[in-house]
Amino acid sequence: MLVEVFHRTEYRYAEPAHYTIQSLRLTPSSTGTQQIRDWFVDTGHPGPLPAFVDSFGNLTHTFTQRGPHDSVRIVARGRVWTEDNGGVLRNTPEPFPLPGYLRPTALTTPTPALQELARAHDKGPGKEVETLHGLMNAIRAAIAYRTGETDARTTAADALARGSGVCQDHAHVFATACRLLGLPARYVSGYLIASDDPHATHTAAHAWAEAHVPEIGWIGFDVSNGVCPGEGYVRLAVGLDYREAAPIRGIQRGGTGEDLTVEVRVAAAASQQ
Amino acid sequence: MNSPDAEDPGPSGPFFEEMHASDGSVRKPYDQLAAWLEHTPLEELRRKQHEAEALFRRIGITFAVYTEGGDPEKLIPFDIIPRLLSASEWSFLERGLAQRTRALNAFLADVYHGQEILRAGHLPAELVLANDAYRPEMQGVDLPGGIYSHISGLDLVRTGESDFYVLEDNCRTPSGVSYMLEDREVSMRLFPDLLANHRVRPVEYYPDELLRTLRETAPPGASADPVVVVLTPGIYNSAYYEHSFLADKMGAELVEGQDLFVENNQVFMRTTTGPRKVDVIYRRVDDDFLDPLVFDPDSLLGVPGLLNAYRAGQVSLANAVGSGLADDKAIYSYVPDMIRFYLAEEPLLANVPTWRCGEADNLAYVRDHLHELVVKEVHGSGGYGMLIGPRSTRAEQEAYAARIAAAPHQFIAQPTLALSACPTLVEEGIAPRHVDFRPFVLSSGKETRIVPGGLCRVALRKGSLVVNSSQGGGTKDTWVLEPPAPPPPDDA
Repeated sequence: MLVEVFHRTEYRYAEPAHYTIQSLRLTPSSTGTQQIRDWFVDTGHPGPLPAFVDSFGNLTHTFTQRGPHDSVRIVARGRVWTEDNGGVLRNTPEPFPLPGYLRPTALTTPTPALQELARAHDKGPGKEVETLHGLMNAIRAAIAYRTGETDARTTAADALARGSGVCQDHAHVFATACRLLGLPARYVSGYLIASDDPHATHTAAHAWAEAHVPEIGWIGFDVSNGVCPGEGYVRLAVGLDYREAAPIRGIQRGGTGEDLTVEVRVAAAASQQ
Repeated sequence: MNSPDAEDPGPSGPFFEEMHASDGSVRKPYDQLAAWLEHTPLEELRRKQHEAEALFRRIGITFAVYTEGGDPEKLIPFDIIPRLLSASEWSFLERGLAQRTRALNAFLADVYHGQEILRAGHLPAELVLANDAYRPEMQGVDLPGGIYSHISGLDLVRTGESDFYVLEDNCRTPSGVSYMLEDREVSMRLFPDLLANHRVRPVEYYPDELLRTLRETAPPGASADPVVVVLTPGIYNSAYYEHSFLADKMGAELVEGQDLFVENNQVFMRTTTGPRKVDVIYRRVDDDFLDPLVFDPDSLLGVPGLLNAYRAGQVSLANAVGSGLADDKAIYSYVPDMIRFYLAEEPLLANVPTWRCGEADNLAYVRDHLHELVVKEVHGSGGYGMLIGPRSTRAEQEAYAARIAAAPHQFIAQPTLALSACPTLVEEGIAPRHVDFRPFVLSSGKETRIVPGGLCRVALRKGSLVVNSSQGGGTKDTWVLEPPAPPPPDDA
């Protein structure tokens, strides 16, 4: 399916900022199940954005703006050809060592409750896929999808204790549980066609998790929707947790009274060529 | 944990005295010094000691020591009697230090790239990949010359005529080199003749060597005259004096995070004449506080975007982010394997035998022998949080055993070494006190440089083995002697 993405992030300040710097992980990579047809990242400034490829294979741009400014507007848009493979990934760029994906992070630190959750769904060697589906369903049941209750600093343990959260929290809890069972896991940020209406707009990008199963490889699990990602999904960036895979991570100096607008439109392209 | 009045039996057996051989004769490098100590009245030595303290006050060298109620501007005691190393002793150490540092850098480069050593099964992958000091952000990042630890401080102890051990490796941000330099300066003022007669190799050129090393480490795109700065956490840092001292000696700017900014993946320093591009940062700020865009998002320290510029190859950091992995005391126990693996050489400097409490049989042994072992946290430093078995009470051992049981991977144990002792001026006169030694190895990938000297720490309390300045240790000047004099040249 040819998927069209439009993703606008706009910061407006009541009092101007005098310096802004952002890491932009806003460029998807081509893999065996997604192929980038065209893609643009626009900061409203002429000239190329400096970039490097990070440890996880994410093309990362650095956007800086010096001097007084009362807004920053970042637009990512493009078209990506996707294939449904039951959530199983093929030919993903893998510069990071597989066992490294067992590493806990500040947002995915194990606790007894997380351990209990993981253990309760462990079906043992050879049955990892069953285990992972069991975990996905259990986490979806344990953490109700509610926006506005958690934020970028919420840990997996907090979200589980609270019993509510968003896709980011679901992905963190899932990844933590996988790692506790010895299955490498990671956080994925990306996009999803969430509605049949091609004009539907959302106020955030999506996030899910991937786990690595022997003999099969990486498999995606979208806990929030209780499915393995199919052709309606576009993978943007991966990392051990949100902090490493966030589409935009930034800091500004000055600039009080921030007003943030995010507009995301993801739809099957009108012309599928 | 160890109060100053506590019974302090020290090492249970005899220890090596660097000035006197076991038969009471004077060891060769100490010939002259022993004679001088013999004929110099004690009052004269005490007068020199006071003079030294006055000099230090005037120079201003202090080291904030984190003890409750301590004077934050307290001087670290300086013992005026130097420690001597013969030319052949030094030449052996020098080769051993260069070898070990080469292996440590090869290890760090490997861990952050192909991880051959993990694949070959020489050390458990988990010890590296789950380690707090391992930085996933550095995976796959190429650095100029492949060097991670540009400045390495290796702590050496001695237990016999030719028995030197590496006690720990410091590749994160080793400090203490300013003592090497200032102790020498004070020695030169106190004992110009004694120093000249000993034909001591100079150390004063360390800042030049450091600057050379830093400049050689500049990114490929830097100008032929790269700009080097020293990044400090600021005046409240315990080693701030050293940061400003080294910046001053190198003629480099001393900056804090707020003095730097990133634009287009390049690092600039704010100056009165406008932004100036920075090529190399000798950073004395821990990884966690370097860049809030990558590490702790709540940190007010650091330079947002620094890590992006670094990973894009636009600026060099010394030491590299993630180099602290080599300081881990469990990883330390594998350094001899690293030397064999990367260099295909046998280690010249020995490791202290180490029990890794993360391994079940080791743990059992440690538990049963706490009273005779030194137990340390794998990420510990500064002598904090360790247990010295022979001088701890039963209750302290039990409390410590509980800490080990809760997180065995976080601890290692080593035998209590009988550290060598050097003559030291103490209350009762001149008496042997235990010492260690931290020389500094500079690596740029183009060259390895080792100034003949280092930070010599001395445990001033009788029998004490703890040399850390935070724990009541002092420093000594270390005199590395020239090789035996060749026939005098014609009026050169």
